[in-house]
Amino acid sequence: MPTALLVYDVARLDEKLLLDRMRRLFDRVELLHLPSAVLEFTSRGGLVGADIAVQRSISFYRAVTSTAALEAQGLRVVNTSHAILVSGDKAVSTGLLVRNRVPVPETLLAYGLESTVKAASLLGYPVVVKPVQGSWGRLLALARDEEELRAIVEHREYMGALYRVQYVQEYVRKPGRDIRATCIGDSVPAAIYRVSGSWITNTARGGRAEPARVTPEMEDLTLRACKALGVEVGGVDIVEHPEKGLLVLEVNAVPEYKNVMRVTGVDVAREIAEYLYGEAKR
Amino acid sequence: MPQLRCPVCGLPVEVPDDALPGELYEHECGATLELYETGNGLSLRVFEGLEEDWGE
Repeated sequence: MPTALLVYDVARLDEKLLLDRMRRLFDRVELLHLPSAVLEFTSRGGLVGADIAVQRSISFYRAVTSTAALEAQGLRVVNTSHAILVSGDKAVSTGLLVRNRVPVPETLLAYGLESTVKAASLLGYPVVVKPVQGSWGRLLALARDEEELRAIVEHREYMGALYRVQYVQEYVRKPGRDIRATCIGDSVPAAIYRVSGSWITNTARGGRAEPARVTPEMEDLTLRACKALGVEVGGVDIVEHPEKGLLVLEVNAVPEYKNVMRVTGVDVAREIAEYLYGEAKR
Repeated sequence: MPQLRCPVCGLPVEVPDDALPGELYEHECGATLELYETGNGLSLRVFEGLEEDWGE
């Protein structure tokens, strides 16, 4: 009977639901609580033993590095360190999405104040400025004109090298919502709308979750986006552009799903556990 | 689960038997506490808060 490892740091409802579903399927489920863990790249034998591991760290750097260490010991981890790494950087992931013909909002990169102003003038105001790494909608900024953009970029230039990479994106006039579609292997079992009066719709920022029907177009886009980044279990953020149709904003390689489960009734945790079980038996 | 105490105010904290390391508790004194494994069982420490790279 297969055994599994749940890698995590904060035990949220998402992790507790997944642990419960995994325990129903696997012979044994071990926990790896990263803040208390020691991980070795060069195995001294038997430090971590399981047929499969699932990465659920809320910390991007812990997720990438712990997955890399576990993979070095020969463990199969979902998602892979490469998938987590590329998904965690908006510039890298946008490049891979475009190379794989996944439609995204028009996006430019710039590395200085004047070049960022030039990028915005090419797109036309308003523009959205995002950090290339960041989560839960933090530090997203909407610049309605050059004066606002200059203020945003000038602030960021004092925040370290990471914030001097300006990811400038067209502002999509979405219909008061965006879409979070959940990918598990080759299926898209559920999707939600994240509804908000604000242009930032993340549920972590107050967006309200409502069930969404997974259309064939949404399913195709979600699977292609995850495949482009090598993501097996992912949450794909999609926006409805009034002219261009569905566009992918980003792919999350350690997705939250408690809100998806709550409003759709789809047991996403069980579906992930079943996917892991199938992979472990291969 | 043996009774655990808040490291800030010293009062008892109710922790369920099936609690996992990494669970967070809002204590009545206002502290946010994190359950962790000490090597000799579970204990509580003050949660350090959200980090810059947290989220999805």
